[in-house]
Amino acid sequence: MQKPSNRRTFLATTAALAATIVVRPTMLHAQDDSLAALVRAYANGAPIREGRVKLDIAPLVDNGNSVPIEVVVQSPMTARDYVAGIVVFNEKNPQREVAEFVLTPMSGRARVAARIRLAMTQKIVAVARMSDGSCWTHTVEVLVTLAACIED
Amino acid sequence: MARTLITVPTAAGEGEIIEVRALIQHPMETGYRRSGDGDMLARDLIRRFSCRFVAAGKAGEGELVFAATLHAAIAANPSLLFHARATASGTFVFSWTGDNGFAQTERSALSVR
Repeated sequence: MQKPSNRRTFLATTAALAATIVVRPTMLHAQDDSLAALVRAYANGAPIREGRVKLDIAPLVDNGNSVPIEVVVQSPMTARDYVAGIVVFNEKNPQREVAEFVLTPMSGRARVAARIRLAMTQKIVAVARMSDGSCWTHTVEVLVTLAACIED
Repeated sequence: MARTLITVPTAAGEGEIIEVRALIQHPMETGYRRSGDGDMLARDLIRRFSCRFVAAGKAGEGELVFAATLHAAIAANPSLLFHARATASGTFVFSWTGDNGFAQTERSALSVR
């Protein structure tokens, strides 16, 4: 009686082990998806496309405590066709949201700049929502040598 | 009163698009850091910024030019750059609000030729 039960446990353990190995890459994907889910939530059902937005940030950052970023969106900024909002998300700071900007035809030009904190090497994504509801994104990978938040 | 530094032209041509930079002195404490004693430092952030334009001779809040919602990932002494269309003479009203009842308003006049 002891032997088959041992084999059963062995099979169960190996199966479980195999499952964890298979699950691992999908779990890594899940983290990446949390960023995509935030972008989808901001788009509110509208199609999300790459382009029209340019997120300008240094690819190599020495000090994560103050990193200049600039977002420029191609738009005529007229009363009929303008950028309604721009949002910036990060992948690995304690909190995904960085900032959300509201623009109007009175803004005249869809260009925004700020200084942000980055905790580690990660992806930054900028999303622009046009007055017609369509959303455009640009994702940039940034290498950070001195992290903010974790160290002082 | 926190110190502010606002860079905005005081005169512009009609329809001209001007660059505005608004900086305010503020620690933007994230709430994720510990002090030297190991205690968590309480979160203290500026949450919102807005820039409105009140045309000369008109009452009320004016028109929204630009607004921002800021989070912990914004660096200390938040500095924001944006643009505005000079449509008429009037006043720009800049306001910041945040945690612990933080509220500050600054003004800058614009004359349109």
